[in-house]
Amino acid sequence: MADGSIGLWTVPLAVLGGAIRVSTPFLFVSLGECITERSGRINLGLEGTLVMGAMSAYGISYLTGSPWLGVFAAGITGALLGALHAGICSLPRVNDIAVGIALMLFGTGLAFYLGKPLIEPTAPRLPAIDFGWWSDIPQLRAALRINVMFLIGVALAPILYWAFRTTRWGLLIRTAGESSDAARAMGYSVLLIRLRATMVGGFLAGIGGSFLSLFYPGSWNEGLSSGQGITAVALVIFARWDPLLCLWASLAFGGAAALGPALQSVGVTSGYHLFNAAPYILTLAIMIITCSPKRTLTGAPAELSITR
Amino acid sequence: MTTEAADPVEAVGTIAPAADSGFLQRHGGTIEYVLIPGAALAGALGVFGIFVAMFGKNPLDLYFYMYYGAFGTWFSWQNTLTRAAPLVLTALCTALPAQLGMVIIGGEGALLIGALSATSAALVLQGLPPFIVQIAMVIAGVIGGGLWVMLSGALRQYRGVNETISSLLLVYIALAVLNHLVEGVMRDPASLNKPSTREIGAANMIGSIPGTDVHWGLVFGLIAAIAAYILIYHTVFGFAARVAGGNIRAAKIVGLNVSKLILTICFLAGGAAGLAGMVEVAAVQGRTNANLAAGYGFTGILVAFLARQNPLAIIPVAILLGGISASGGLLQRRLGLPDASVLVLQGIIFVFVLASDVLYGRIGFLKGRS
Repeated sequence: MADGSIGLWTVPLAVLGGAIRVSTPFLFVSLGECITERSGRINLGLEGTLVMGAMSAYGISYLTGSPWLGVFAAGITGALLGALHAGICSLPRVNDIAVGIALMLFGTGLAFYLGKPLIEPTAPRLPAIDFGWWSDIPQLRAALRINVMFLIGVALAPILYWAFRTTRWGLLIRTAGESSDAARAMGYSVLLIRLRATMVGGFLAGIGGSFLSLFYPGSWNEGLSSGQGITAVALVIFARWDPLLCLWASLAFGGAAALGPALQSVGVTSGYHLFNAAPYILTLAIMIITCSPKRTLTGAPAELSITR
Repeated sequence: MTTEAADPVEAVGTIAPAADSGFLQRHGGTIEYVLIPGAALAGALGVFGIFVAMFGKNPLDLYFYMYYGAFGTWFSWQNTLTRAAPLVLTALCTALPAQLGMVIIGGEGALLIGALSATSAALVLQGLPPFIVQIAMVIAGVIGGGLWVMLSGALRQYRGVNETISSLLLVYIALAVLNHLVEGVMRDPASLNKPSTREIGAANMIGSIPGTDVHWGLVFGLIAAIAAYILIYHTVFGFAARVAGGNIRAAKIVGLNVSKLILTICFLAGGAAGLAGMVEVAAVQGRTNANLAAGYGFTGILVAFLARQNPLAIIPVAILLGGISASGGLLQRRLGLPDASVLVLQGIIFVFVLASDVLYGRIGFLKGRS
């Protein structure tokens, strides 16, 4: 390969860039779901929340001209959907997994309905910070054009890790997740704790969605999310409900998701669809390796229905 | 995981003082199973009416066109029944594992794999008599879909992998496999804009029920639903499955082979969805392409929950939801609603149905207390 072309090095660079770019929604959704699941409830509806977040962020950004308002609106939308999930789950005898499936369908349907007029117009996007200014390899510079949202997400992981261990709120959430009786005995309402945890989780997942429509891929259409939400939910299990592991896992998944487009850009087009399915195959493989029928997973909140 | 606590048990304890309340005691449970989902459906339609009213549409127009587009004419009835056929089959994919307490939501994946297997069988057996090709397609579709869902069941049983998540992940993997094959080795070079496999041939299509435009897939669905009902409620195997679904430890103590139950039920469930894929190929599309991922698998989940996982109740519910999706086109043309409005309504119905679970055993006059 001559003339300054970097040839096959494009692939690892694109995977690196992808790990940074594509991982952001995984990161936000998995951190949000981490909070919800630590409180003892699983919200499978985050797939719908992600799509609703993407749609509302794009819409608000288009209407107001401010992408950051869009991000905020996406968070609020996500929190509302979280409140809906928690509200229905607080009814006796209602199964949280089933409610999640319902909200997955409802969220995507509503987003497609409300988002119809948004497919055409172009909304202002989120800005990126150029960390690759020192390099003159265009691919590397592209990989290092990093969005602030990614940095926020990266900062959020250790903060959550710390908060779960030391703050009152973190302890309360974990108590509700480990033993609702203990939380009740201490005089706290488990339903209220879970409502708040699910709303915060929805808020973060909505923000993850705003990244999809406002930065990468950076437009609104109905094929925007295909399973990132549900992959992120599975990722939390793989990450053992640990926010720091969520960060590493999100990066790995982002890299895996970037593999297909990266290979395509160097001319490897056969198997394009299979490489696009890499995150799902990876998730499944990891779940097969890490789960066991004999014991519940280490770190799993005892109240979580998915591990029972 | 589904609350299958049958309330009629409660009614057995007390002796009816009057014939009237005796009727309620005997049939109160059944009445509940009709009344409560019905109320949930009505509530969902009400909320959806308010929703479209916010966009300046008249809800009464909405209800009229929904009725007209679903059940108003013979034409719309045929449209409805054509859509109900795959829904019955994909709903079984969720309802059968639910007897074991498993939540499988991967019917869409099994449908795609079933369609792919059935198409492959037809393409390999080109030239043989149509009847043989069709039988081979059914077998291939059932086995393909069955193995796909059985994988989720096996992962749950042997590796402790949550079946809800694994079955949904397998949907995306199935779609990738389908796209890979349809754009690769199985591609018909003549299909330019929409990559597809070769056609299975007009002679091998299963055709319509005489006198209608409704294809034979509806009959497949009815037979499958009735067979599933008999299997679950009138065979030892079904009884064993329900015991295992109620209390897995009790099932192990009485010596039931839980692994075998899970694998068999998951295979049958996936087989039903795979059959739906075969039907869509052999009666509608004539070939396999991305059109098959039309969401029947996901609507089937809703059908199963609305029918409270009862295979017989799936039939009317599938017709109802087939009707809702059949009316989508009319809503688009006459009211200018986006095609996603059907999805929104389905989501609202789902939410209402789940929330209505709280009502069982709580409706005063159905408790049979005089």
